[in-house]
Amino acid sequence: MNAPSLPGPLNDNPRLDLWVSFPAPGKVVVNTGRVELGQGVLTAMAQIAADELDVAVARVTVRSGVTDGMPNEGYTAGSQSIQFGGLAMGQACADVRALFIARAAKILACATDELGVRDGAIFRNGAATGQDYWTLAPAIDLSVNASGLARRKASADLRFVGQSSARTDLPGKLFGDGVFIHDMKLAGMKHARVVRQPNKGAAIGTIDEASIRRAAKGAIEFVRSGDFLAIVGNNETAVELAGAASVNHVSWTHVETPTPLQQEANWLLQRPVVDRLLGPPEPSDAQGRQRFEATYSRGYLAHASISPSCGLAQYKDDHLTVWTHCQGVFPLRGALARMLKLKPDAITVHHVQGSGCYGHNGADDAAADAAVVAMQMPGTPIRIRWRREEEFIYEPKSPAMLVKVRALVDSAGKPADWTAEIWSGNHNGRPGGGNALLAGYALPDQEPLPQANEVPEAAGGGATRNADPLYDIASKRIIHHMVTETPVRVSALRGLGAMPNVFALECAIDELAERAAIDPVAYRLSITTDMRARAVIEKVAAMANWQANAPRGNGAGRGIAFARYKNRAAYSAVVVDLEVDEEIRLRHIWCATDGGLIVNPDGAINQLEGGVIQSASWVLKEQVRLDNGTASFDWDSYPVLKFSEVPPIDVALINPTSSDMPLGVGEATAGPTAAAIGNAVSHALGIRLRDLPLTRERIMAALLKD
Amino acid sequence: MATFQFSVNGRPASVALDNEDTPLLDVLRNELGLMGTRFGCGLEQCGCCMVLIDGAPEKCCAKPVSSIAGKNVTTIEGLGTPDAPHPLQQAFLDEQAGQCGYCLSGILIAAKALLAANPSPTRAEIALALDGNICRCGSHNRILRAVEKAAAVMRGA
Repeated sequence: MNAPSLPGPLNDNPRLDLWVSFPAPGKVVVNTGRVELGQGVLTAMAQIAADELDVAVARVTVRSGVTDGMPNEGYTAGSQSIQFGGLAMGQACADVRALFIARAAKILACATDELGVRDGAIFRNGAATGQDYWTLAPAIDLSVNASGLARRKASADLRFVGQSSARTDLPGKLFGDGVFIHDMKLAGMKHARVVRQPNKGAAIGTIDEASIRRAAKGAIEFVRSGDFLAIVGNNETAVELAGAASVNHVSWTHVETPTPLQQEANWLLQRPVVDRLLGPPEPSDAQGRQRFEATYSRGYLAHASISPSCGLAQYKDDHLTVWTHCQGVFPLRGALARMLKLKPDAITVHHVQGSGCYGHNGADDAAADAAVVAMQMPGTPIRIRWRREEEFIYEPKSPAMLVKVRALVDSAGKPADWTAEIWSGNHNGRPGGGNALLAGYALPDQEPLPQANEVPEAAGGGATRNADPLYDIASKRIIHHMVTETPVRVSALRGLGAMPNVFALECAIDELAERAAIDPVAYRLSITTDMRARAVIEKVAAMANWQANAPRGNGAGRGIAFARYKNRAAYSAVVVDLEVDEEIRLRHIWCATDGGLIVNPDGAINQLEGGVIQSASWVLKEQVRLDNGTASFDWDSYPVLKFSEVPPIDVALINPTSSDMPLGVGEATAGPTAAAIGNAVSHALGIRLRDLPLTRERIMAALLKD
Repeated sequence: MATFQFSVNGRPASVALDNEDTPLLDVLRNELGLMGTRFGCGLEQCGCCMVLIDGAPEKCCAKPVSSIAGKNVTTIEGLGTPDAPHPLQQAFLDEQAGQCGYCLSGILIAAKALLAANPSPTRAEIALALDGNICRCGSHNRILRAVEKAAAVMRGA
């Protein structure tokens, strides 16, 4: 018999003691490589572990995010924590349970199938045996590799998975506990701020130390290495004042000054690119079919985390310890080792919660800043917290994208050939590969970096994510132009290219439906045989009481859109009701999602709703402005959706316990929401807006042109 | 060095500072060890640092401590405890109103001030009262439901 294949993260980290331990009577500790980002992953992991081990969920403590003694699962990203990390956790727990059952059977001289587990106690044919996990644990070696042989629970036998479970991380956040990395205090800790290098290649000219010291109104010192300059002191207020003042008292050479022209997606055309064709060549002859072509775009977006990034570090006894709120402690350790010329095992990285990040924000870089300063001040713990404007200006942005959709339409008005041609910067700017930590651009003697690569299609793709329509179209291709130089640093934001790609393709589908004079819901169903896709579209239409052929152009609009995230995670369909005059007012949003087996239904709904709202904010308001540098530097120059602008949202989960396989949901609603808003605006105005964000200026310009 | 006296959550506080313009937020977090009030922007834009000053909701990230001498400050730590939660905290737990939770201290304070002034707010009134607080995760509707629920509990409904 061949050994069963292990879930990816368990295959990478097969030793069971990396995942499960029984440290004290009645207690279970499980380790996950996934970190809490406010998405409730630790709560869900406890539910999965409790079910597979047959213990009460209250017995389970979930630890995560340390580079010592824990599974390395790379990044907590891409809606993969439950779909892949949860599978690994479940299989590890099932294998551990099987080892204990086997041991108990030996002691009790019975067959394993006579034994069962109730809240950690071993029962034989329903009778107590006096044995439990904790009596057996000393004799069981968990430093063995997972076999993957233990059967996972069938969905019908799950007691905790599938039930809404209160988030374990939430109480501390409601009672004002010091749960965030920003709240950490280490003995003898000093505060620091970086005098930020404006761009890669910029060099320090002059430093007016006297003016910075005056502004600090307290004692500060300077730490410098090459073009990395930091201000350090005991008093955070003084360090913050000095950091703000330093912007005007340190001069730089080789400063780049991006212009408003460069902030727009169409600037990407005619730039140096790396080209790829995914799929068959585009036909040169339409063969009698009608041509459709339209261009859609979106500008640069900020993660705009509510807290500026923070990192702590201490270098003591030749060992560097770093605390960070980044998404991947192991990759950060590798990048720090390279930048600081240390061995990875001379570094320990701990995850501590920060505010929601939604992707690669400033967290890794702030940790690196703290590490650089700590290396120069051995023994002293260093805490660095970026200033608000620093986070806005220096966090990596989600790249602007321009997408041309071309379709050949058959005599029934259905697409028979589909091309998505994409221009975008790289969505994979995470440290490692070809990308430095920000401090690395300023430090001397850094190794040259290899060429940065986009996220491969096998991992869902970056700029190409969701550019391939799930609809039944005979011939499809993606033409990807990766723009190699962008005016701002770019990297991963929730969904990567999925939002602009789904916006483009689902708006194009609506335009084709309109040309064919077929209702948008009926049109989508007519080109979809995937039953799960049909189910979410039909469900959301029913929820919204969709009426076919509602009149267009009267200022009130309704739009629908659909996508299966990465074409392999959750299916989601969204309907948006809105009104438009000069601005857009969202009235109601409905969402139907098939996320396969749902671990924590309320937690999943919270994530889906959050994705709807964040996407609505991107679509209505958000674009990073460039004008002599990054001109979006605070909440006035980068506004986001406010409470009074958020509409009621209804979310339905389809068949949440009928499958054994979970599908990632965290990023599933961003694309469909964006396109449903676009389609509703077109419905309301009778004209099509194809460039995001849909600001007042864009709406007015479109109305005047019409 | 100047000394400033005020009250925090009903207890007297006294701090001696070189810089009398030190923001109240820095004093709460770094001098008094009250970490529940969060730093978000330092620009009085996002609401993470909201506290009550003599009952009025105020952003304190840029408010010099000298300006609050003799006043009464209420922070998130003054609302309730896990054993005796404020009705707002209980309602936020019941509704699972939050994701990352970084904005919640300020939002709870803003909601407390709203319900003191208007015990029966409509959902639209709650939303307007929270427009000075940014939530980036998209927990808005849960938060609005929780404030409605707390209002009903506090009215004895």
